[in-house]
Amino acid sequence: MNGVHDMGGMHDMRPIQYEENEPVFHEQWESRAFALMRAMRAWQKWPGDAFRHERELITPAEYLRMSYYEQWIAALVELLVKTSLVTRAEVESGKPTPNSPKAIPPLTADNVAPLIARGKPASREVPVVPRFKVGRRVRARNIHPVGHTRLPRYVRAKLGTIERDHGVFVFPDTNAHSLGEKPQHVYSVRFAARELWGEQAARHDAVYLDLWDDYLEPA
Amino acid sequence: MNTTRSGSLTASGAATTGDIAPARDRRHDHGHQTVPSDLTLRVKALESLLVEKGLVDRVALDALIDTYEHKVGPRNGARVIARAWVDPAYKQRLLTDATAAIAELGYSGMQGEHMVVIENSPKLHNLVVCTLCSCYPWPVLGLPPVWYKSAPYRSRAVIDPRGVLSEFGLELPEDVEVRVWDSTAELRYLVLPERPTDSEELSEEALAALVTRDAMIGVTKVKQPGAGSPT
Repeated sequence: MNGVHDMGGMHDMRPIQYEENEPVFHEQWESRAFALMRAMRAWQKWPGDAFRHERELITPAEYLRMSYYEQWIAALVELLVKTSLVTRAEVESGKPTPNSPKAIPPLTADNVAPLIARGKPASREVPVVPRFKVGRRVRARNIHPVGHTRLPRYVRAKLGTIERDHGVFVFPDTNAHSLGEKPQHVYSVRFAARELWGEQAARHDAVYLDLWDDYLEPA
Repeated sequence: MNTTRSGSLTASGAATTGDIAPARDRRHDHGHQTVPSDLTLRVKALESLLVEKGLVDRVALDALIDTYEHKVGPRNGARVIARAWVDPAYKQRLLTDATAAIAELGYSGMQGEHMVVIENSPKLHNLVVCTLCSCYPWPVLGLPPVWYKSAPYRSRAVIDPRGVLSEFGLELPEDVEVRVWDSTAELRYLVLPERPTDSEELSEEALAALVTRDAMIGVTKVKQPGAGSPT
């Protein structure tokens, strides 16, 4: 979706605010928000792409107003309700519905370390023929999906070169909406800075993006 | 070359430690009010609800937080970089299969399942961003700083990388190629900075102490030894 989250190339977002010796979390609620999201992911009720998309669905003005972990909490609550893990009434009251069954958490302290160490690879060991070879000139497709996509606006319709084939990965545009993994090749694609931004960019500079087969067409 | 962080970054000034509220305010400089005071209450209420429903285990939450506050962070990445500087065979493995090479040092997993290491040289400077959200290599750098996830950095890194670098105190000549890596997929990027020239005598451990988080994101270079303590 053409949301405000897709901000590569936008102007006037204010100067970068750097903080020396920044703590991992600024306030306790941020750390709890982080942990709650990770722990609820262990229910495997939604793919990681769905969490990203849920944050994108925050309205633009709110998205820019909210701090990072505020976005996390907003997105988490929406996903919890959508997947029926909790009801809206429960979130509002802070209390479980009377007489509702009590679950057993899938993530215990003992398996936090293994969970983190294992991660959740998005690559897939399935034979899929790559559509492009390294060195091939390609054009990023001029598409504007209304759902989740990882093809930023600033690169659409631009010419680039396949620099590396990373192998086969889950396709976020379908996976985020539980429409299947649609595994396909992801490539590192080099775009000359001047192809993207014109003469104002430095002559030799470049931007590299990791793009799925479905985002590309032969140039 | 000036590799100190110049005054042009709006930061703030090294906030005194413990002075959390002003830091938070700076971070929310979007012309709106500060974080709603009810966030603490909202998150607490949500946590209580999820615990009461048996959906989360509070001790597991503590363990997750402890991991990223105390165990995983940029010191991991610094060890990877220092090893690459002293061991050419390791460096080769790192550049060809970063995930496996990083796992040799014990770092792997969540948000580092698919690692790529990109090498700086006198004629090439690499810079990492995630314009769409906040993708970042957790096992080697920990959780990202606020500025990395913020609109100013995400919007400008791809269109004006030299302007961004300049704010971090790094001015690059035009004949140095700047490559920006936008983390749009599940690959996670770590910059292998140039080894400081006056570091021949240093042990691997002393080298690791020179390597900063910012240098591994690519917004700064690694300082010469004795040029001041890294952040």
